[in-house]
Amino acid sequence: MSEATYPDDLKYHTEHDWARIEGDEATFGITWYAQDLLGEVVFFEAPAVGTKVTKDEPYTEVESVKAVSEVVAPLSGEVTAVNEELGSSPEGINEDPYGKGWLVKVKLSDPSEAEALLDAAAYEAQLS
Amino acid sequence: MSTYTSVTDADRAEMLATIGVASIDELFGDIPAELRYNSELPLPAGRSEQDVYRELAELAAKNVSADDEISFLGAGFYDHYVPALVDALITRSEFLTPYTPYQPEISQGGLQAMFEYQTAISELVGLPVSNASVYEGPSAVAAAGYVAKHTNQRSKFVVSAGVHPHSIETLQTLAHGYGMSVEVVDLQDGITTLPQLDQDVSAVIVQQPNFLGAIEDVEALAGQAHDAGALLIAQADPIPLALITPPGEAGADIVVGEGQTLGNRLDFGGPSFGFFAVTEKLIRRLPGRLAGETTDQDGKRGFVLTLQTREQHIRREKATSNICTAQALNALAGVIYLSWLGKEGIVELAELLLQRTAYARNELAKIPGVSAGHTQPVVREFPVRLPSGKAEAVIAAARKAGINPGYRLSEDELLIAITELRTREHIDKLVATIKEALA
Amino acid sequence: MSTTPTRSLSFTQAADDDLTIYERSAPGRRAFVAPETDVPTRPLDELIPGKLRRKTKPNLPEVSEPEIVRHYVRLSKRNFDLDTGFYPLGSCTMKHNPKLHERIAALPGNARLHPLQDPAHAQGALELMWRLQDALSKISGLPHVSLQPSAGSHGELAGVLLTRAYHEDRGETRHKVLTPESAHGTNPATVTMAGYEVVKVATDTEGNVDLDDLRAKADSDVACLMLTNPSTLGLFDPNIAEIAKIVHDVGATLYYDGANLNAIMGITRPGDMGFDIVHFNLHKSFTQPHGGGGPGSGPIAVSDRIEPYIPRPQVVKRPVAGVEPKADTGTYDLDYDRPKSIGRLRGFQGNYGVFVRSYAYIRSLGAEGLRDVSEVAVLNANYLLAKLGKLGVLEYLPAAFDRIAMHEFVLSGGPMKAQLGIKTLDLAKRLLDHGVHPPTVYFPLIVDEALLIEPTETETRETLDRFAEIVAEVLEEAKRDPEIARQAPYGTPVRRLDEAGAARRPVIRQPLTS
Repeated sequence: MSEATYPDDLKYHTEHDWARIEGDEATFGITWYAQDLLGEVVFFEAPAVGTKVTKDEPYTEVESVKAVSEVVAPLSGEVTAVNEELGSSPEGINEDPYGKGWLVKVKLSDPSEAEALLDAAAYEAQLS
Repeated sequence: MSTYTSVTDADRAEMLATIGVASIDELFGDIPAELRYNSELPLPAGRSEQDVYRELAELAAKNVSADDEISFLGAGFYDHYVPALVDALITRSEFLTPYTPYQPEISQGGLQAMFEYQTAISELVGLPVSNASVYEGPSAVAAAGYVAKHTNQRSKFVVSAGVHPHSIETLQTLAHGYGMSVEVVDLQDGITTLPQLDQDVSAVIVQQPNFLGAIEDVEALAGQAHDAGALLIAQADPIPLALITPPGEAGADIVVGEGQTLGNRLDFGGPSFGFFAVTEKLIRRLPGRLAGETTDQDGKRGFVLTLQTREQHIRREKATSNICTAQALNALAGVIYLSWLGKEGIVELAELLLQRTAYARNELAKIPGVSAGHTQPVVREFPVRLPSGKAEAVIAAARKAGINPGYRLSEDELLIAITELRTREHIDKLVATIKEALA
Repeated sequence: MSTTPTRSLSFTQAADDDLTIYERSAPGRRAFVAPETDVPTRPLDELIPGKLRRKTKPNLPEVSEPEIVRHYVRLSKRNFDLDTGFYPLGSCTMKHNPKLHERIAALPGNARLHPLQDPAHAQGALELMWRLQDALSKISGLPHVSLQPSAGSHGELAGVLLTRAYHEDRGETRHKVLTPESAHGTNPATVTMAGYEVVKVATDTEGNVDLDDLRAKADSDVACLMLTNPSTLGLFDPNIAEIAKIVHDVGATLYYDGANLNAIMGITRPGDMGFDIVHFNLHKSFTQPHGGGGPGSGPIAVSDRIEPYIPRPQVVKRPVAGVEPKADTGTYDLDYDRPKSIGRLRGFQGNYGVFVRSYAYIRSLGAEGLRDVSEVAVLNANYLLAKLGKLGVLEYLPAAFDRIAMHEFVLSGGPMKAQLGIKTLDLAKRLLDHGVHPPTVYFPLIVDEALLIEPTETETRETLDRFAEIVAEVLEEAKRDPEIARQAPYGTPVRRLDEAGAARRPVIRQPLTS
């Protein structure tokens, strides 16, 4: 995806992560900006299902050819699914960061944490 | 004095003018005066090439090399023949003088050689992933320990006393730094018997064949390690692997070893190379350089350094190791040597070592008072027990006969190594000399 | 795409040039012929039980001698090397490798000497090592030298482990090691491997260690500060005495990464600056050929207080009984009796073959020659920087710090990227088409689009002029059409390679069928 996009239906963390919240569950990923900064993603270290993640703390890494980047959890909870497809096709994170580039699904421990996240406009505004 | 600079006095004047300074001294203006070294370093004056050659050739001539005696010394480094083509190829400027292949477009020769080397080592040790080499054998064992620590976060290594003493010492030095304890397990009749392993054991470390030449049952040892949730690390001597089950096939998770015997000189201990191979599961914990195949923008096949995020220049304090480069030139000698031996040749060479070693072991045991140090099968090296306290006397007598009878293990034990350069005639002479010394 | 490929590298390329040695293999071909089996042979089963025996032969290539030679000669032609052309790879000191050194290293007394040879029969080798220890001690201004570490990174590890042993011996436990943010990656990697936590020290606007930040971070939990001086920015830190004081005042050691020693040999000494431990890269300042990425060697020099802990064995000179101790006689030996030693770092005594080459170099140059090396290395670097300025290059590639450089200097490709639309990587790739090796790129990390340029003392003024002109030409070309550099190189055996593809689905060995 060559054009920067920040879908309106997502919530954003200033460390360049997004969350798609559906009740007490959410899907996490990294933003267009993050994948662009990183360059061609070559590896995603999938956390194990059942891993506890904590808002604002790193829970995994993504790697490009010559950089490693920690991925911060936008919300707290427990990992219920990981995107296995990225094992063989990590380029999904570059090609479609909000779709096939999703990283994990999480059962949220405190959905109210989402109030601290940014909406698309606010996230985009703080990028510049 | 010799010189390798090309700047003339005229150059110097023009260059200083271009820079805009009056003297060379000004260029060093950031160095405080009190730190400047104002006299000449107290070193001997430089000499011409002719003089340096003569002086250092005289020093070299004071050494007793493997050309000057019939040597049965082994214990980690072995006097194998290095074919002439190895010297001819690795002294080419194109291999000798570049640095690490950071610019792959102009380093395809070195990168492809690494890829070939990785394939050959992988085949030899029976594991799918080999890096492009590390410093040498013993430090490779310590580096393997670091991988194990990060793989299972446990606190202890159980090491067979059959592992080369230099490897054990090196592991102890490094493990003290990265916070692991090392427990050494004695041999029984020359081979490893493991104690009950607890949940603290990160890795069991063995050597194949071991320091006393004995062939270990790596499969059984690996089974015991895995049952306790530990990794099995094997240090291996590559040429004997032509005849014995490759440690990787026997269940080792990491196989490392000293590569000197593969086309490298004795060089009084280095430089040589260490090989380092792991299972698919451990690929992202592998230390060191790794070459990988890819294509260029026109679709042509090419090679690059790959999975670099493991390494210190990217992951810095979280790297899998602090190693910067490989031993590329020594590993190149290794892959050229392995190509020279070939699939059939390596087996023929190992069989020759096996037969001559069996002959030597048998003949020595016939000497009254001499017995085998252990009864295990061996390929190229074995210990002999002499009458009490006789090692020094045997060594002295052999020296007089122009023979170096092997590595002194204790007051009454020698470790004797055989290569294809030690003929039956040499072995017979060794046997006769020891017999006479003990008579 | 409008491109004007130029082709300066004369690679001879055949259609099958990229075949591997395995792809040239055919069953039954061979080079090796075994010596005659001159002993009675016994059945394999008798010598090695079946369950321990290998079931299939190791899958090595099956090739003839002529094929091996041709294959590797062709591979060699797909490498660029220092003997062919300019190689200003910053921080790597790609200086000429004198050919004499190869000849001496290959003498049987050196090349065919077994590492476990009785010291009485290896006096020449031990004397050479002792003399090299002595010379390195004098160059560094520190009294004791261990030659054992195998490379710079290994020397660093030795240094941090020595620091640990020193503090432990005094009953102290410390947890942190300071490194500048501009440090080479081996520094932080070493710190972790030695069981410490890395704490980064900031760089000030002049490119020096930020003294306030250092003071704030130096406390009794700090074991060591690892420093390169000249730094990886090619700058000599004039505050070094103050830095040493801050570090020593909290009881920590000061470690010198010797990567940049080529700038200061005979001009200043790390020992006089206050360093406790120094490592040398014999493959940089002391001409061990780089070998395509090894071998190297990383001896260390230490102060008196660190000496009890250095690795064993140590090469020593023992006086001969009845001979005046002053006379230049003695026997050389390996001393294992070092109870406080950190122990071994590797097998045997170190990379002796490298010691031979480096000692031959020191013996050839002497004190005067070594000083000349550093003077000309610094002269060449500053001249090249000035020349690049005169040709207008620095408008697009400004020096990261406007100071006199030492033996290398850092440019930033930031303005070039913004104004000409080509990145440092593109410039580097376009240089390949002009037959020079690019500088180190994207290091140090603290400079945007960095280029680290180290010409070394062995290059002529004409070579430096030509390099400056080539860089200027590439920039001019980019003004007309940046796409040319973006797609470069053109004349190399392969063009830009898909590194992302290689890392996503690693193929790190030949797939073999049998």
